[in-house]
Amino acid sequence: MRRLALALTAILAALLLPVTTSAAQAAATPTPRTSLHAVESEVMCVSCGVPLAIAESPQADAERREITRLIEQGKTKQEILDSLVATYGDRVLASPKDEGFGLAAYLVPIALVLAMLAGLAIALPRWRRNRDAADSSPAAARPALTDADSQRLAEDLARYDV
Amino acid sequence: MLAAALVGLLVYGVVHGGEDKSLDDAVKAGKRPEAPGLTMKRPLLNAAGEKSLADYKGQVVVLNFWASWCEPCRDEAPLLEKAQQKLAAARSGTVLGATFNDATDDSAAFEKEFKVTYPSLRDVGTDLAHGFGTRNLPETFVLDRQGRVVAISRGQVSQKFLDTALAEAQRAGSAS
Repeated sequence: MRRLALALTAILAALLLPVTTSAAQAAATPTPRTSLHAVESEVMCVSCGVPLAIAESPQADAERREITRLIEQGKTKQEILDSLVATYGDRVLASPKDEGFGLAAYLVPIALVLAMLAGLAIALPRWRRNRDAADSSPAAARPALTDADSQRLAEDLARYDV
Repeated sequence: MLAAALVGLLVYGVVHGGEDKSLDDAVKAGKRPEAPGLTMKRPLLNAAGEKSLADYKGQVVVLNFWASWCEPCRDEAPLLEKAQQKLAAARSGTVLGATFNDATDDSAAFEKEFKVTYPSLRDVGTDLAHGFGTRNLPETFVLDRQGRVVAISRGQVSQKFLDTALAEAQRAGSAS
């Protein structure tokens, strides 16, 4: 009877062990909170100078391995980006930071568009005024024909049956 | 005005965008230019705190830019370690690594794999490397005791380069 009880306990333990082990492993392995693709699209391969998503080089592979490692640690995308900046510096970010010198990347295009709009706001009314002035005095705008030219024009026109 | 600004930007890019050879030219001409970024503090790999090249004044320094993903760096690591053993035994200097665009864990694993005993700085943002004109790996610069560059190897180092450069650095250091 005791043997039977021991055998049953052993079988039960053997059946339960994988369940408890996998549960422990699941608890030890954090759930990924982002993907390689999501991070890759926001960072550069710093040695190659191209976005990591399209980079093919040993350094790019090393960078991807590091991102994968951080994903496996359950870090969020922002935490991974912060970690990459700590390792490689700001140049690792595909989009410049919206502070300090990086702010220029956002402000300069806006300033250029505003400057173009201001230029158009000044130039368009002036161009319209000039056009209106030209339309209101057509005779003044056209050069006068000399008598000789008038006569030649009349002779030319007379040759056509219009 | 915009066109003029763009042309100006283009000219600046052409003038400043190329490789800076001034350090190489000076060393080739026998001058001993001061090491760029001498006082630039960089965090230590595998240790707390920061150090700059200026902290090593008084010692001959073999400054080696490396990364774990760089194949030639793996090949030259034993040579550099050998040089470190010699310099440490003679108490005359040190090899000083500077990691270049490398993950800290990967750098640490590399050091373990090659049993590296010399210190390394983490050149975050590669500002120090940029000062030396380093864009590709590996590159090595030998500095004399005053922190002046006496030899440059843009590529994998050889034993011959190390022997010649270290002898030159010792001479340059003792001459002044």
